[in-house]
Amino acid sequence: MQMSGAQMVCEAIIAEGVKTVFGYPGGAIMHVYDEIYKQNGFEHILNRHEQAAVHAADGYARATGEVGVAMVTSGPGFTNAVTGLATAYMDSIPMVVISGQVPLSLIGTDGFQEIDAVGISRPCTKHNFLVRTLEELPRVLKEAFYIARSGRPGPVLVDIPKDITVDIGDFAYPDSVDIPSYKPTYKGNKRQIEKAVEAIKSAKKPLLYLGGGVVLSNAADLVRELAEKTQIPAVETLMARGVMGAKNPLLLGMLGMHGNYASNMAMSETDLVISLGARFDDRVTGKLSEFAKYADIIHVDIDAANIGKLVDVDYPIVGDVTQVLEKMIPLLDDVDTDRYNAWREILKRYDVLHPQSYVDSDEVIKPQWAIERIGTLIGEDAIITSDVGQHQMWAAQHYPFDRPRQWINSGGLGTMGFGFPAAIGAKRAYPEKTVINITGDGSILMNMQELVTAAEYKIPVINVILNNHFLGMVRQWQTFFYEKRYSETDLSFQPNFKALAEACGGIGYDVTTKAEFDAALEDAIKQDKVCFMNVQTNRFEDVLPMVPSGGALFNMMLPQKTEGEEK
Amino acid sequence: MAHSTNERRVISVVVMNESSVLARVTALFAGRGYNIESLTVAPIPNSEMSHITIATNGSTKVMEQITKQLHKLIPVYKVIEHEEMVEKEMVLVKFPIAENLSDIAALCSTYNGGIVNVGKEMVIAQVADEPKRIKHFIEAAERYNPTEIVRGGVVAIER
Repeated sequence: MQMSGAQMVCEAIIAEGVKTVFGYPGGAIMHVYDEIYKQNGFEHILNRHEQAAVHAADGYARATGEVGVAMVTSGPGFTNAVTGLATAYMDSIPMVVISGQVPLSLIGTDGFQEIDAVGISRPCTKHNFLVRTLEELPRVLKEAFYIARSGRPGPVLVDIPKDITVDIGDFAYPDSVDIPSYKPTYKGNKRQIEKAVEAIKSAKKPLLYLGGGVVLSNAADLVRELAEKTQIPAVETLMARGVMGAKNPLLLGMLGMHGNYASNMAMSETDLVISLGARFDDRVTGKLSEFAKYADIIHVDIDAANIGKLVDVDYPIVGDVTQVLEKMIPLLDDVDTDRYNAWREILKRYDVLHPQSYVDSDEVIKPQWAIERIGTLIGEDAIITSDVGQHQMWAAQHYPFDRPRQWINSGGLGTMGFGFPAAIGAKRAYPEKTVINITGDGSILMNMQELVTAAEYKIPVINVILNNHFLGMVRQWQTFFYEKRYSETDLSFQPNFKALAEACGGIGYDVTTKAEFDAALEDAIKQDKVCFMNVQTNRFEDVLPMVPSGGALFNMMLPQKTEGEEK
Repeated sequence: MAHSTNERRVISVVVMNESSVLARVTALFAGRGYNIESLTVAPIPNSEMSHITIATNGSTKVMEQITKQLHKLIPVYKVIEHEEMVEKEMVLVKFPIAENLSDIAALCSTYNGGIVNVGKEMVIAQVADEPKRIKHFIEAAERYNPTEIVRGGVVAIER
């Protein structure tokens, strides 16, 4: 069938089953936008900044597991999208970003809005393409979606020169992909799996170490089955919150820099780490030489480069978590769960000794209380996104996540400004669910223009701003490690958040008491409008426990126990 | 990682012939802080692939990471990294014509080479040998006051 390059882009998006595209038009991508105007196969959401468009596509992808799609123009349109690409890349999120480029004849001439998009995005995409001929466009688009979602997922950029979008040629969207140099490994090696099973059966203190790969692989049910069958306790990374379910008695909590006491002690004392889709990030391991010092390590990862990158692994298994567990679980029929009883008892005592706790207050809203309160009032129905900082850690610690894909945050790159647009993407995917962005007074301003997007498209995302008038996490480090020199972290000067939301077509709530919090949240859920809940919290609350950067996991700064009411 | 010994290694990478594939490989080395000692690239005859030969150094663990990270690049078809490689390197050297040309010719023939060009003021010698022997050749050639030395980088093939 004869059509323009721009039409081919739209046809490919439709063929891939994409329902929503997030983007922002501009000169080099105009032909594609002209075709978007004419078609009915997918909707386009006009975000008010390219970074937000990419984050929204990312949030859509994280909530659904499908490939998210964003579209931007050349030059500044593309450079604005880079943070979004890097965010998705660090967390292995399947995404295709289509960018316009100056016409082929202008490439390399410093043309208007020309920038070397494939050069800039090379280290922050799984792969990228500069399309050079109209003939290769259908194949490139097909490969882009395939690469994005297969193997270890990731964002793929397709940079299309303007003249290619206007040229007319034959279009047949390929049915399949054959890239001889790209063959992801899904099946784990059978003998390695058998050896790992033997290790599990002979361990005394095994520990499941669950990472974001479990979520990406949709393996949460299998992981729960494995834990249930073996009665092996589990710790989750920031990216794996929700995999085990908050009520699961085998879940110890989150480990790492802000992990709870029992989780970090479990990792320090275990004799067998069963790592599933986790990558031993520095925020998880603390001081490497002290990390899981007494343990053998089983490492299941679809990305071979993750295995042995940071820690020496005894049982490497390259493969998809789902496929590996499908083979592994039946081999554990005769596991003796009593073996691990003593170990579970020790861990239980650790949790009693230092539970995840904070000191609540009647005078002021504590941020942890606010998060727990959302959990109590909405719980498993909500999708929670977050920005980056103290509120993110408190949310990860205190929200009762019940299922994977319920918790959406920028873990690897730590991108402030991610939460609001990601919430827009998630809400668009699941309009029936309450979507709440737990954010701070610093982060929310980094993509506040999305109020307009959410208002225009009636995407009623609830932004709970835990407002401590500080860049809280940096302030916390300044308190601990910089002798309280609060360099550029005091955010006492603030916008009127309520008025700001209202000026953009949303709703604002000023919240200073617990009663106001409940009332505002209850009202916000009923509204079909985006809102800002400006929640005044105490200024100097710290995220605890905390393992100081570079310290061993078992050396935690713990919350105080003396003052006020223990929760 | 920091304490293990650095070893010189040659990595042979077979890649799909497509634009910017060399940039992907070199950017990976730069971005992850790996060293490139020499690099050669040329198409493989009668195929849609090219051969990139990289001489680098690092600990066993770093080598393993380099190999795995290279594998992750979409257009990388094959990565060969082991000790059983036949390695060769070429070098061109320019000597003043006033030097003892028969000595230079004899030296070059010892290292699988000879004089390949004679001009009014200069002669050009070419040598192709194992990288270690190329190093020795260059040291020996120093006494004939070479004005320019151009090394070609290592090419390697599995034994």
